[in-house]
Amino acid sequence: MKIRMLAILSLVLIPISLYFAFIYAPTENTMGHLQRIFYFHVPHAILSYVSALLLGLGSLMYLIKGDLKWDRLAYCSAELGILFTVTTLLSGIIWSHPAWGTWWEFDARPTLELMLGLLFVGYHMLRAYLPERESRARLSTVFGFLAALDVPINYFATYIWEQHHPRVIGPGGDLDPDMGIALLVSMITSGIIYAYLLAQRIEIAKVEEEVEYFEQVVQA
Amino acid sequence: MKPVVAIIHKDVAIEFRNKESISSMLWFGLLVLVIFSFSFDSSGAGDVDIRAGLLWVAFSFAGILGLNRSLSMESDNDCLQGLLLAPVDRGDLYLGKVAGNLVFSLVAELIILPVFAVLQHVHFDWKLLAIAGITVAGTLGFVSIGTTLSMISAHTRMKEVILPVLQIPMTLPVILCAVTATDMVLKNETAGISFPLSVLGLFSIVYLTASYFIFEYVVEE
Repeated sequence: MKIRMLAILSLVLIPISLYFAFIYAPTENTMGHLQRIFYFHVPHAILSYVSALLLGLGSLMYLIKGDLKWDRLAYCSAELGILFTVTTLLSGIIWSHPAWGTWWEFDARPTLELMLGLLFVGYHMLRAYLPERESRARLSTVFGFLAALDVPINYFATYIWEQHHPRVIGPGGDLDPDMGIALLVSMITSGIIYAYLLAQRIEIAKVEEEVEYFEQVVQA
Repeated sequence: MKPVVAIIHKDVAIEFRNKESISSMLWFGLLVLVIFSFSFDSSGAGDVDIRAGLLWVAFSFAGILGLNRSLSMESDNDCLQGLLLAPVDRGDLYLGKVAGNLVFSLVAELIILPVFAVLQHVHFDWKLLAIAGITVAGTLGFVSIGTTLSMISAHTRMKEVILPVLQIPMTLPVILCAVTATDMVLKNETAGISFPLSVLGLFSIVYLTASYFIFEYVVEE
């Protein structure tokens, strides 16, 4: 029931956030309409970090409690992490070609995002090569926990480079108030879509685990 | 401390007898250096100075090869089982393996380094010493996480394939900082070198501590 509520809420919010991003928000002076990709790029980037956080949390809790539901949370959020790093990188690439003149720049934030995506993929590859449920959960959570620790260190490490990436939020940012509202609306929308996808994915994971269990019983 | 020393002693004794780990790392690293020196004008005279990157490509590939060797050394003939039967704290087991891997990697790298200096026209002066110091710090970070990851991949079906997939994105901060610091030394611009070095130190401390406590879950049967 809760999942259905989230689905309905996302369906309602998607057109509203599209309205805010494309019509309500003013057109940027230098970049024009190109800047509107920002309302999708920023929430997705934040959600990819949320995925890393949830992966670390789920992994740590599984190691402490030993309950498989935490492992499920970890790998479902890691899967969403792949999705959101890909959409962040793609929207970044689409923006960067006209704005910077190159498809890819080894700047701090794109590198961090790419590394995050590679860690999520590595996590899933590791799981795919571990056939047994318990050892898969145990070893992949160790990796998931270590990978989540890597994110803040990498954040510092990538600051070696000079930065081209725009900084509009936080100290030194000068975001137009209307743009801020549009960003807020699209952040809430993306957050609810994320919550819906995660809840739905966890339900599917439960069914998958049951099927896997019955397969093993039948084979034995 | 005693079990750690015993594990190091065991690994060094095995290495003295078969010389597999160091020799494979050494030759692989040297081959990477030679191929890169052929392929690129890396004398530093061109527009882009790739020498620091070249050195760390050789070190990290050779390092992964060494970790794979140390992994198969334990998993062949079920040596790991024997090690786990010993009444040793799992954290000490981890530290012993890290120390062993660190020693082998450093021996190979300290032989590769002078060859690098010859091929890439680096003078034998304080610069090379500074690079050797960065190598020690970088290698410690590399093996601190690599030892845990190689034990994790020991349980999988595709041991040799999965290790680099896990290791390379994880050690990105190490490679990044080590390359930057080496580059600064090579160019004589050491003004901001403390930043990459402190990130290197932070990485090693975080992963040595985390792996020390978490290693128990990795080797649990």
